[in-house]
Amino acid sequence: MTLSVSDVKRIADLAYIEIDEDQAKETLNQLSGIFNLIETMQAVDTSTVEPMSHAQSVAQRLRDDEVTETDQRELYQSIAPQVEAGLYLVPQVIE
Amino acid sequence: MQWEIVIGLEVHAQLSTQSKIFSGSSTAYGAAPNTQANVIDLALPGVLPVLNKGAVERAIKLGLSVGAKINSPSIFARKNYFYPDLPKGYQISQYELPVVQGGNIQIQVDGTEKNVRLTRAHLEEDAGKSLHEDFHGMSGIDLNRAGTPLLEIVSEPDMRSSAEAVTYAKTLHALVRWIGICDGNMQEGSFRCDANVSVRPRGTEKLGTRCEIKNLNSFRFLEKAIDYEARRQIEILEDGGSIRQETRLYDANKDETRTMRTKEDANDYRYFPDPDLLPLEIPQSWIDQIKQTLPELPQARRDRYVSAFALSAYDASVLTSSREMADYFDATLKQLPAQAKLCANWIMGEISGQLNKEGIEMTACPITPAQLAALLTRISDGTISGKAAKTVFESMWNGELDKNVDAIIAAKGLKQISDDSAIEKLVDQVLAANAQQVADYRNGKEKAFNSLIGQIMKATQGKANPAQVNAILKKKLDG
Repeated sequence: MTLSVSDVKRIADLAYIEIDEDQAKETLNQLSGIFNLIETMQAVDTSTVEPMSHAQSVAQRLRDDEVTETDQRELYQSIAPQVEAGLYLVPQVIE
Repeated sequence: MQWEIVIGLEVHAQLSTQSKIFSGSSTAYGAAPNTQANVIDLALPGVLPVLNKGAVERAIKLGLSVGAKINSPSIFARKNYFYPDLPKGYQISQYELPVVQGGNIQIQVDGTEKNVRLTRAHLEEDAGKSLHEDFHGMSGIDLNRAGTPLLEIVSEPDMRSSAEAVTYAKTLHALVRWIGICDGNMQEGSFRCDANVSVRPRGTEKLGTRCEIKNLNSFRFLEKAIDYEARRQIEILEDGGSIRQETRLYDANKDETRTMRTKEDANDYRYFPDPDLLPLEIPQSWIDQIKQTLPELPQARRDRYVSAFALSAYDASVLTSSREMADYFDATLKQLPAQAKLCANWIMGEISGQLNKEGIEMTACPITPAQLAALLTRISDGTISGKAAKTVFESMWNGELDKNVDAIIAAKGLKQISDDSAIEKLVDQVLAANAQQVADYRNGKEKAFNSLIGQIMKATQGKANPAQVNAILKKKLDG
């Protein structure tokens, strides 16, 4: 994918970032570098590689089925904007 | 045109764990609002879910019971949607690689076996509860239920009538209770059904557009909702219209379904693997260990009752409708091995009838299997008649005389007269007093025979052994 200086200026404008001509050219170089890196990675043949669902190759640790928590409603509700009768109150939602 | 109804069911079974699926909060029903919701259930920043081993174990149990594949690794995914009773903004569920893949459930409809294929069963967390009563124009949120473990069991669209769908749901309901993974309490929402319903011209293969009916919490509503929905779709199609794919709600008061929302696609939920949870590995050794703890399954026990005890398929399926009933039958039969049919009849008849009448569970039955066996022994050895046994049964149920069968028989004078010579003497007396009827019988009036039997039974207050009376009377008249 090729990016132009005017693309960079437009993105900067949309993001409310003020840049001058030199900065736009420098940013164009940096962004193009990133796009090139992505293109290089996309060219790798991964058809025989199993997709990962997680970045680390370790397994999920399991907890024994035991109740370890006590009632701390008062503490948790002390930071809630509005509570009543033990319930958290939110703006009304009806489908 | 002839229409065919096509139904698939999604069942949410609440797993019977003590604690939640990703936190150590209690799952006990009926607690005061938000007293069982901790930092994880409230989705406070910086908390991490830790998976409950008991929930995974229960999912594996179901998988093994239906002959499914247990996936390892199995992956948890985020299902994104926005609603105040889901404070994280996503539900942790499974998308690709659910714990349970495939499997089959056999159902019996009108005496024929039918196989219903399962697509999958996956673990997920329940949401909280929104209360829309008037809180000054606000909604109240109770997060006690948030994070309760659910197993969503999804069937293939293999059912063709509301009766089949209800039978499947009942079979699955019995199974999850049988293997002890869910208490099956439908009033408390522990077992909820969603039905996917579509119709197509009979004889065609292509599935019609389906509608999903949400949250059917009784078998009766499931049946009525499907019947209504199928009629609605057929009417639209016959009028030349088309079905819009959507989610509908069943209104029990009006007995109709109505639009809840137009159906969202899986894409709308932006599923992706939850980075907070690592892949779940389920080693074969763990699966084998769980297999050891599984009881004999309903299907196997039904087959055994038919093959080993020559019970009818109907009797066998009634007796295996719950594990408690099947265990009660087995325990009774152990004392009286040659009388399977007698045991079955009494358990399905008197025992079940009385339990239903008084609204009590099998486990709380006032008559133990050993006590029932003692009573049935007295029928099979000829001590009492079947009719007298019902009187004894009533006394036992009410706790009279320590439920001692022989003591009750003696106290009530219910012992049958089975002594040949005593019966012969009685028969002679009755014959002598009814010369006219004897003559009628010998002249070919069959009815006179029954009248004589009646006289003899009356003379003994019903205590004479009817089979013996019959034989002796016949011998005397014909001989």
